[in-house]
Amino acid sequence: MLAKRIIPCLDIKNGRTVKGVNFVDLRDAGDPVELAEIYSAEGADELVFLDISATEERRKTLVNMVRSVAEKINIPFTVGGGISSVEDVEILLNNGADKVSINSSAVKNPQLINDLAQKFGSQCVVVAIDAKQIDGQWIVHLVGGKVPTELNLFDWAVEVAERGAGEILFTSMDNDGTKKGFANEALAKLSGLINIPIIASGGAGNIQHFVDSFKEGKADAALAASVFHFKEIEIKALKQELKNNKIEVRI
Amino acid sequence: MKIVIINYGAGNIQSIMFAIERLGFKAVLSNNPEEIQSADKVIFPGVGEASYAMKKLKESGLDSLIPTLKQPVFGICLGMQLMCNSTEEGNTKGLGIFDVDVVKFTSKVKVPQMGWNQIYNLKTDLFKGVSENEFMYLVHSFYAPKCAEAIATTNYDVEYASALQKDNFYGTQFHPEKSGDVGEKILRNFLKI
Repeated sequence: MLAKRIIPCLDIKNGRTVKGVNFVDLRDAGDPVELAEIYSAEGADELVFLDISATEERRKTLVNMVRSVAEKINIPFTVGGGISSVEDVEILLNNGADKVSINSSAVKNPQLINDLAQKFGSQCVVVAIDAKQIDGQWIVHLVGGKVPTELNLFDWAVEVAERGAGEILFTSMDNDGTKKGFANEALAKLSGLINIPIIASGGAGNIQHFVDSFKEGKADAALAASVFHFKEIEIKALKQELKNNKIEVRI
Repeated sequence: MKIVIINYGAGNIQSIMFAIERLGFKAVLSNNPEEIQSADKVIFPGVGEASYAMKKLKESGLDSLIPTLKQPVFGICLGMQLMCNSTEEGNTKGLGIFDVDVVKFTSKVKVPQMGWNQIYNLKTDLFKGVSENEFMYLVHSFYAPKCAEAIATTNYDVEYASALQKDNFYGTQFHPEKSGDVGEKILRNFLKI
C-alpha cells in the first residue's frame, strides 16, 4: 500500500538553515545538507526546503544549496519560497530539486500552474496554500498569513488542481505554531473535494496529532518543522506509533 | 565502465547523475547515437508528459535507435512507459520494447500516486539482495498493467507492473535514485548486469 509520508520542513536563509535546531550531534547546525542527511537516516520520506531570504543573492545561494543537497540525499525534496517564473523552476529542477512549491506567485498569476505542469509535469508542482478562518470562512492568505486575499480555500484548491498542480500543501494559519493539532476538518473536506494528494501543515505538537491528521484529516502526508528540529518528536518513534495505529508507513 | 544517460530534453536528469556518482561511477549525458551505442550501460530517464517526450525522442532519431541497443538499458519512470507499446497519455505510440499498453489510474484513487509504495514478486538480478515488499518512491498517473514481462508488482488502485524486463531492457516505474539505500542497491545491481 501507498505509505503516508512524514515531511520535515527546513527554513533556509542565504543557503543556511534558520530556527535554532536542537541536534547535539550536529557539527554545524546551519548546514542544510547535514540536517537533510540526518532526517533521511531517521526515516523522513521527503524534505521541504523553504527559502525565506530576501536578498539579491538569494537565487544563487539557493541553487548552490539545492545542488549540494541533491548530491548527498537519496530521498525526494521540494524547494519553495519566492519562486515566480518558469525560469526559476527550471534552474532548481536542473540542479536536482524533485519538486517546487509555489504560493503567492500562483495566486497572483494562476496561469503559472498550467505553465509549470505543461513544461515539467504535474508531479513536480506543489501548490502551497496558507489559509485561516475569518467569520467561519477559510480565506487564503499571502506573505506568511499576513495578507488576506479574496479567495476561499476550497475554491482555490479545486482551481489549482484543475490547472495541473500535482499536490497541495495546506497550512492552517489558525493552527500553525499552536501545537494543538492539524486542521483536520478542513483537511478532510479538501481531500473529499480534490483528487490529488494533500500535505497537512500547521499545528503539530505531539504524535497523536499526526495520527489524527491521517485518520480524521485524510491527509496523504504531514509536514512539521519545530517538533522535529527540537527533537520533541523523533521520526522513528512517530512512524512506529503510526504503524501501531494501523496507518501504513515506510519503516 | 561507460555509463550514458540519454539526454533528450525531457525531465530532471541531475538526480540520476548524482545517484550514479554516489555509487562511485561517472555518467555521461548524451543524445548522440554513436556515444549511446558505445556505452556499456544506458540509462533512459524521463519525467513529464509522454507525447512531448516522444516528440523529443523522434527529433533526435533516438526512437529508432533505442530498440536496437544491445547493452543493458534501464528506463526509469516515463522512460519505462515509453519503452512499452503505447501509453494513454496523449495517445502516444511507444517504442514497442515491452509488450504492454500503459493506462491511467482511475479516479477511485488519488492521481498522481505520489510517495512510497511496496514492490513484490521480484524477479531477475535487478532485485538481487532486495527483500520483497520494500518501499520505493513513485510519482505517476499512468501505469503498465500486469503482464508476462513484469519483474515487480505494486498495488495502487490495481496490481500493476512496477518493473519490466525483456532481453537486455529493464524498466522501473519507481525512481531508484530517490528510493533511499534500497533504490541505490537496485541501481548498483543494474550496473553489474
